[in-house]
Order: sequence, then structure tokens, then C-alpha cells
Amino acid sequence: MKQTDTLPALNRRQLAVGAAAVATLSLLPVVPALAQDQPEAKAWEAMVKKILGEAKPTEGKVAIDMAEIAENGNTVPIALSVESPMTDKDYVKAIYIISTANPRPEVATFRFTPASGAAKAESRMRLIGTQDVIAIAELSDGKFLMGRRPVKVTVGGCGG
Amino acid sequence: MQNPRVKLPEKAKVGEIIQVKTLISHVMETGQRKDADGKTIPRKIINAFSAKFAGQEVFSAELFPGISANPYLSFYFKVPGPGEFEFTWVEDGGARAVEKQKLNVV
Repeated sequence: MKQTDTLPALNRRQLAVGAAAVATLSLLPVVPALAQDQPEAKAWEAMVKKILGEAKPTEGKVAIDMAEIAENGNTVPIALSVESPMTDKDYVKAIYIISTANPRPEVATFRFTPASGAAKAESRMRLIGTQDVIAIAELSDGKFLMGRRPVKVTVGGCGG
Repeated sequence: MQNPRVKLPEKAKVGEIIQVKTLISHVMETGQRKDADGKTIPRKIINAFSAKFAGQEVFSAELFPGISANPYLSFYFKVPGPGEFEFTWVEDGGARAVEKQKLNVV
């Protein structure tokens, strides 16, 4: 068993050496090893892509206020805010909260209107463990803003 | 889904941006947990929230199992004049809790 586990790793290392090394390996199952090497598309990354589509978000423009260390992952206060005039012509339509480690990446979506006056909202979320929390804001002009906040979790809280 | 609570400022002025705080009792069962026999406990959460003022929706939220039990939601509102809020929480399966509260505009 141990041998089959280490073999693909060896292949990868040798692949990095160069084309000559690849040629000598041609009898070995190189293709499956390469396939394993492809980074798995993570659920939260797919989620971010689904929200953004082809748009490129401006980073660092969604403030995520959370404790640096959350002792209880079952209930971690989170406060989100985006600077916006919140007028009919220029307002934040939505803020999406995404977890990068929970069993499901989507946590909540908050939908604002110009009547909101301020693009700010608060809630409490579950964190299964130490991770980055991501927030994406969708603006009325179709642009996106993004924020990221690392949180250390002492006791995880997703049940199970 | 019990005991919806809403906190508005005692008094608000026209044009003022006020904070609205809401809370409701709910287990927010994630669908990830297993019972003593190893069977998955089915998901049951509040999946949607909305706030209307004078009949018009001013804020809403879609919630997922990543939101904690007894969901707390707070948002802001620019006071256009006197009126009544109507808050609605919707549970998986469609059950609703509705709470109405007048805003005291001075």
C-alpha cells in the first residue's frame, strides 16, 4: 500500500526536472498523476465565481468586523459595511458572506435598497474552524467590491 | 420559530439613519448533524428575512446554515417619515413569522 501512495509523488517531482525526465517516465502512469495534481476547484471559489461572473472586484473595500480570535465557532458576530452614498443612482445592492472552510460556502446574502441609508448589516455566523471569511458587495452600477478577514477559531461550530 | 423581537429607536427624525435590530428563536438545524443512531438530522433553518416599511421592501436577507441559531440581523434605514415596519421570517417548508412595529417619528 505504501508503495502506491508514494509513487505519484515521485512522478511529480521527477516531472519538474524537465522534459528528459518525462521521457524516461513514459512507461509509468504519468497522466493520472498529472490529473491528481490539478488543484480541486473549491466550493467557495466556485461560489465567488458564480457571484462575480467575469467582473473583477476591487479588493479591500468591504469592511468585515469580526474578532481576530473566536472562542466559540457556533456564534461569531460579524458586521459588514461598505462606503456608499446609497442614492437611487449609486447604492450597494447586496453583500454576500462566504466561508472558505465551512461545509457550505454560502452564509448569507443581505439585500439593500436606497432606503437603507447605509450599506451596513450585522449578524452572527458559524465557523467550523480557522479560516478566511470573504464578503462581496454588488453595486447598482454592476461593479463588485470584496473584503477578506482571517479568523482564528478555538472551538469549531458547525455541529456534527 | 418563536418569539420574534425587534428593537427600533424610541424616537427618530425624518432623514435620520437608524439601526434596526431583530432576533428570533430558532435552532437553525444545519442538516450536517447526526442523531444518536447516526441518522442525519434534516436541515431546518430560517432561509429568508424581509423588512418592509409602509408596504415597501427596504431590506432583505437570504440565510444559509452558516448563520447561527437564534438568528440576529441588524440593518440600517433612512427615515422617510412616519410609518410601520413589517418584518417576515420564512422557515424551510414555508412557515412564516411576522412582526409589525410602528416607528415613532418626531
